[in-house]
Amino acid sequence: MTNSSTSEPLNYLNHKTGLWSWLSSTDHKRIGLMYMYTITIFFCTAAILGLLMRIEKLTPGQTIMTAQTYNGMFTIHGIIMIFIVVIPGLAAVFGNFFLPIMIGAKDVAFPKLNLFSWYVFIAGAMLGLYSQFANGHSPDTGWTFYVPYSASASSNVVIALTAAFVLGFASILTGLNFIVTIHRMRAPGMTWFRMPLFPWSLYATAWIQLLATPIVGITLLMVIAERTLHIGFFDPALGGDPVLYQHLFWIYSHPAVYVMILPAMGVVTEIFPTFSQKPVFGYVPIVFSSLAIALVGYFVWGHHMFTSGISYESRWFFSFLTFLVAIPSAIKVFNWLSTMYGGSVDLKPPLLFAISFIFLFTIGGFTGLTLGSLATNIQLHNTDFVVAHFHYIIFGGMGFAFFAAIHYWFPKIYGRMYNFKWANISWGFLFVGFNLLYFPLFVMGIQGMPRRYFDYDPKFQTGEMLSTIGAFILIIGLIIMISNLVYGSRRGAIAPANPWHGVTLEWQIPSPPPHENFDEIPVITHEPYRFDHPYTK
Amino acid sequence: MKNNENHVSSDSLNWTVLVILLILTTITILAIKIHLGAYTVALALILASIKVSIVLTYFMHLKFENMLLRLMVGGVFLLFAVVIAITFIDYYFR
Repeated sequence: MTNSSTSEPLNYLNHKTGLWSWLSSTDHKRIGLMYMYTITIFFCTAAILGLLMRIEKLTPGQTIMTAQTYNGMFTIHGIIMIFIVVIPGLAAVFGNFFLPIMIGAKDVAFPKLNLFSWYVFIAGAMLGLYSQFANGHSPDTGWTFYVPYSASASSNVVIALTAAFVLGFASILTGLNFIVTIHRMRAPGMTWFRMPLFPWSLYATAWIQLLATPIVGITLLMVIAERTLHIGFFDPALGGDPVLYQHLFWIYSHPAVYVMILPAMGVVTEIFPTFSQKPVFGYVPIVFSSLAIALVGYFVWGHHMFTSGISYESRWFFSFLTFLVAIPSAIKVFNWLSTMYGGSVDLKPPLLFAISFIFLFTIGGFTGLTLGSLATNIQLHNTDFVVAHFHYIIFGGMGFAFFAAIHYWFPKIYGRMYNFKWANISWGFLFVGFNLLYFPLFVMGIQGMPRRYFDYDPKFQTGEMLSTIGAFILIIGLIIMISNLVYGSRRGAIAPANPWHGVTLEWQIPSPPPHENFDEIPVITHEPYRFDHPYTK
Repeated sequence: MKNNENHVSSDSLNWTVLVILLILTTITILAIKIHLGAYTVALALILASIKVSIVLTYFMHLKFENMLLRLMVGGVFLLFAVVIAITFIDYYFR
């Protein structure tokens, strides 16, 4: 069947046209793309704010903004990046687009709920934006909303808290949808251990979304109640306990790190076998390490609170578990490297980004152990070291995995190919810029530079300047990458259905995929990633 | 649900469950008047947990589901209980 106006084969992009056909679409692929465009706009906004903060720190003292503006900037940067970009990022974009296809389904279990989730997400994002401008008092609490300050600050904290609460709903609904989809809609023959590893990672992630997000939702509501009704939950002035807030906040917000990183691990686990043309090494350990990360990751929240006054017993308990959670992460790293070892490695842009992910995530992981250790944590807490560690995990991990994912699945999504040379150049800028931006923060953090300060001792100027130069290089890389992808999506060469010779189901259907993915639901006969056997009957 | 069958609970069962829930709610309110100190919260949580279990089992038809789903729901409650326990153990040792 073809589109009569363009004579192209009918696919999810052209079977209906017009803005309303997108805004009312329950097609998981279109919803995935709507998430991607929304998230990209917010990501660029927050990245520009990050650049402005780096320019401010180019010289000691006030450079381009006041201290209060700087406080507002790092708060809005954090709220957008965490709640609107990285938490929903991979799961909402690539999970929505590829989960049903990879398990052989025509859509998610609840398509209307899926569209509703996107609208809830948009409502939360708009509320978040509004909080920055209403009454000219953007929130200045940081994205963690720590009490007692957030209980008494005169800025728009209530609106920002409500925004985070609403965004949490979108996350819960998406998680619920994915769990039911994976349980109920796998293709015939696709047993749990014949399911590809990206859906496995989404499954582990969805459970965290479903179970942890309500806790932070209720916690944020309690802060709102404290501010508006003066009920003493967390504010000592009202008889509350600020450490309880930190407990409840991190019970969600630490597992939220795994909501960000587990799908990232799933993405690169798809890329390594495809670009090595070799079965993934240790399928079962990778599955169980995902589940182990999701489970153990639940019980390590206290490592954010070592200096907050929690008991000594709690500190060693959380420190021990933090070291424990490194084990399943390390299992994955060894599996990825072993997958490439002896394979027919094809260093195309997706693999380049995926290898960078391992490098950056490993640095982030090791420095996480430094912070998880009780003695060093006291020295490093609330310094730039934490900022560097966090960005190596979140941006170096989730961010680079997102870049890997878009370069990997781009020809499937758009049916066109981007320019490899420009993709490699953008990778070079991004990788160099990233390390120049964040690595100096490790050094300055060890030397005692506190985070969230708009001013600094002149002895830090060399490091701060290097970091700002890195920010500019990174932004150039982003501009090149986005331009290349946008150009490729509109004018790139027509891509074949399976340009990377992948074996999972998304590579067995046309590019772009048809509206309902499969003419006939496939029957799975083997475990995935076997390059010598067909995956389906 | 097992084999996609529909299960209709009898009216008498539904009424019995409702009465039990109301009795437990009454006990929860009356328990405030007994001065148990810090244990008041523990008692309220135990009563609330029993009520939640009854609602899940009968009103939400968990008793008709297969063992895997029952275990998963049970696991969720266990996880939540452990998280709450860890938080309050910190208070005990502080």
